[in-house]
Amino acid sequence: MNFLSIFVIIPLVMLLALWLVKGQNGIRAVMTVGSTALLGMSIYLTVQFLLDRAAGADAEMLYTASFVWFEPLHIYYSVGVDGISVAMLLLSGIIVFTGTFVSWDMCKEYFLWFTLLSLGVFGFFISIDMFAMFMFYEVALIPMYLLIGVWGTGKKEYSAMKLTLMLMGGSAFLMCGIFGIFFGAGGQTMNITEIAHQINGAHAIDLGQQYIWFPMTFIGFGVLGALFPFHTWSPDGHASAPTAVSMLHAGVLMKLGGYGCFRIAMYLMPQAANDLAWIFLILTGISVVYGAFSACVQTDMKYINAYSSVSHCGLVLFALLMLNQTAATGAVIQMLSHGLMTALFFALIGMIYGRTHTRDIRELNGLMRIMPFLAVCYVIAGLGNLGLPGLSGFVAEMTIFVGSFQHADTFHRFLTILACSSIVTTAVYILRMVGKILFGTCTDEHHLQLTDAKPIERFPVIVLICCIAAIGLAPFFVSNLVTGGVTPIVQHILAVAG
Amino acid sequence: MNLDYSQFLVMREELSLLAVILILFVADLLFCPDKKSGKGIYNSPLPVILLSVMTLCNLIPCCGATDAEAFGGMYQYTPMMTIVKSVLNVGTLIVFLMANKWLSRPENLVKQGEFYMVTLFTLLGMYLMISSGHFLMFFIGLELASIPMCALVAFDKYRYESAEAAAKYILLALFSSALLLYGLSFIYGASGTLYFKDMFSQLPGDSLLTLVGMVLFISGMGFKISLVPFHLWTADTYEGAPTVVTAYLSVISKGAAAFVMLIVLGKVFDTAALVNEWRILLFWIIVASITLANLFAIRQTNLKRFMAFSAISQAGYLVLAIMPASAQGMTSLVYYLLVYLVANFGVFAVINVVEQNSGKLGISDYNGLYETNPKLAFLMTLSLFSLAGIPPFAGFFSKFFVFMAAFQEAKLLVFIALVNTIVSLYYYLLIVKAMYISKNDTPIASFRSDNYSRAALLLCTAGVVLLGIVGSVYTYIDGFSYIPSL
Repeated sequence: MNFLSIFVIIPLVMLLALWLVKGQNGIRAVMTVGSTALLGMSIYLTVQFLLDRAAGADAEMLYTASFVWFEPLHIYYSVGVDGISVAMLLLSGIIVFTGTFVSWDMCKEYFLWFTLLSLGVFGFFISIDMFAMFMFYEVALIPMYLLIGVWGTGKKEYSAMKLTLMLMGGSAFLMCGIFGIFFGAGGQTMNITEIAHQINGAHAIDLGQQYIWFPMTFIGFGVLGALFPFHTWSPDGHASAPTAVSMLHAGVLMKLGGYGCFRIAMYLMPQAANDLAWIFLILTGISVVYGAFSACVQTDMKYINAYSSVSHCGLVLFALLMLNQTAATGAVIQMLSHGLMTALFFALIGMIYGRTHTRDIRELNGLMRIMPFLAVCYVIAGLGNLGLPGLSGFVAEMTIFVGSFQHADTFHRFLTILACSSIVTTAVYILRMVGKILFGTCTDEHHLQLTDAKPIERFPVIVLICCIAAIGLAPFFVSNLVTGGVTPIVQHILAVAG
Repeated sequence: MNLDYSQFLVMREELSLLAVILILFVADLLFCPDKKSGKGIYNSPLPVILLSVMTLCNLIPCCGATDAEAFGGMYQYTPMMTIVKSVLNVGTLIVFLMANKWLSRPENLVKQGEFYMVTLFTLLGMYLMISSGHFLMFFIGLELASIPMCALVAFDKYRYESAEAAAKYILLALFSSALLLYGLSFIYGASGTLYFKDMFSQLPGDSLLTLVGMVLFISGMGFKISLVPFHLWTADTYEGAPTVVTAYLSVISKGAAAFVMLIVLGKVFDTAALVNEWRILLFWIIVASITLANLFAIRQTNLKRFMAFSAISQAGYLVLAIMPASAQGMTSLVYYLLVYLVANFGVFAVINVVEQNSGKLGISDYNGLYETNPKLAFLMTLSLFSLAGIPPFAGFFSKFFVFMAAFQEAKLLVFIALVNTIVSLYYYLLIVKAMYISKNDTPIASFRSDNYSRAALLLCTAGVVLLGIVGSVYTYIDGFSYIPSL
């Protein structure tokens, strides 16, 4: 067995162990050990990957392995990683680890579905076979229904159903797209790298077909990446989900969308990606600006952050569609950075909500004096979100906009400037919210009795802040990792699309 | 001319099933109800044991078996048929396991022998239908499969709904048989033969006679598979019939008919012009079946009625695998059938056990089932997810493979079917929502299920979890499939 498969095996073992153990302590022990093992594995993978790259391993995908699954249909369980997947696995490892501590008091069934969700996420990022990838993608989606529906807050049933149906609707498009790619490329392999390298040879997917399947695949993944106008599940879903699920969802699951768009839609159908990019650039441009403006008028903290996620995830797709190396590198760093920041945000909102029992910013005042630790962390998360230098958001957005501006034509320049304006809007809603809820004097007497974060709550918050600061202060470490993965794909797209 | 008795060896599956039926007949005489009181005395595991032994025995020689025919082509055999028959066997076995608790009721104990025998007779009919090489043989099989079915539907004879369901079933079954027979007469008129193997060469592709015959044939089969617009009997019959019989109807008879339809359409109506015609016909039938059934299912409040519409839409997916008329299509059809069987029976096993213990069938009665019977709710969720096509459960794989098989021939249809899976996901989730999320003041009381039901649930759950992930099942079936045309 290939060692990448351990990422799938650990959650499987965790599921089994969770099923068998009794009592809250047993569950906590299993989750702690399991999520620590996952985090440890992803750190080990990152280090090992960088060492191997430095030692001259220059294959596009490292640690590849392939096992026959459904032989008559050319379906294999194939794994392999490049820089992008390693970065995403690291992100998932961190979020699952911190998410476990944030949901410390939850029951067994919650953790079962939570672990199944992580299984899907990790499986998705290690797969390089379209079928396996699609399967893991759907494995990651369905636990959301129960996680939100049973353990959520607010209008949870509506949100859970809306989210599930919209995402599954996306995957219907996606499945069509996958069939299109598979049969378009000769119907002999589902392996992404193999299909990509066939494109100039005998099995080129012809252009007419690319024009059909590219939009389908892109929209299919785009739904999860909060592509306008398919983003409407996101605010409701995030707002209703329990804290750790919001973290995992905004932090990792939405990245599945961007990753899939890049890895499957654009990589395998480069000509169509090049020719049709303008349509999706406009849509993602709308996501970025509209998401930011929507966040300005929300009063629920989770809604603010959810719309902010729409805006930032829109920026990921926006940068990918710019089809150049700098922007694409920025996009992947943005995935990482947004994943960490938004997870931090949701964790903090969950902790504040757990104390005040309201998320309405009109009812919250002067929390800085009451819970200084949470308030300070909240300010840090906010500043990271609006792109303060020294934190990860700045690195990501800077790279994206520098890359995007390299296009000399008016269309791209105009869109880039428009998207840049979202930074200002972000500052507006973040500072408004921070000012409103943290400063001033507390008017609600009930709130004066509240306590600050407990050690078990502080731990995940500190881990996340360290990661955000690490990317912000030493970006080269991450950008080297990511560039190595982005370069071959972008070059491939540009070479084929000419 | 001497009859070569070794020909009977070819039809060993039918003969062994007949033997099982006869043994049960004798056993029923011996363990018959107490003569004085007229009440049943013993609820025996014998049918279950015999059927399992027979299924295993059938599967073993399958590895070395080759294509064969007997009685001048009246009876035709391919190893694939053993697979299909074994799938049906497994299904019947699960039905028997589910039925045990229901048959232990005082009013049913006395009739249990009849239940097993009548069920097995319909199974025998399906066997003959599957292996037929001649339209008369096919028709006899079809009738043998549907007439005893009516007795099964009416099995709770003192219950008004059961009798009504049976009346609806038999009337429409006879009507559709008449249509089918009428169609066969057209086909006979056009080609001058009823043998499948001769018909292909003698059937004029462009004649109106052939076309009308084919349309009538498809309508007759559409009734058996309960495709829209021949589905009108389904909801009432499913609701009225005893739950185990509903389960049997929803999978077994459907599956056999769909497989036969693939064989006949691929073998007999195989000229390019005809293939085009039936593809157009099936296109609209499938679109109508999947879409209408999905829309109707959303509004249901009775769980059995709900499963009826779910079964109609699932049948649409099953028939989708006929579209390509290829070996891959055949594999995916049989695989889909197997997976659908375990998932659907998983749901029905829970419905049945809940009905037997509490008498409740409404969807709203299931509100809060998770609080009182978490294990049942969990198993039902797995099966529902499998029906909706969600990985890692088997339903995802079977749907994916059916779509994959049909994609080249029918891209638009696959897309429509995919969009429909979202609607179906919605209504399956409604049940999950009822069990997990909705609150209930008077939930179904907590109870212990009997061992037979547990065995049925175990089989179904094992199937739902393993059939997809373990790739060798599909590969094994694929080893036997062939292009249905001559």
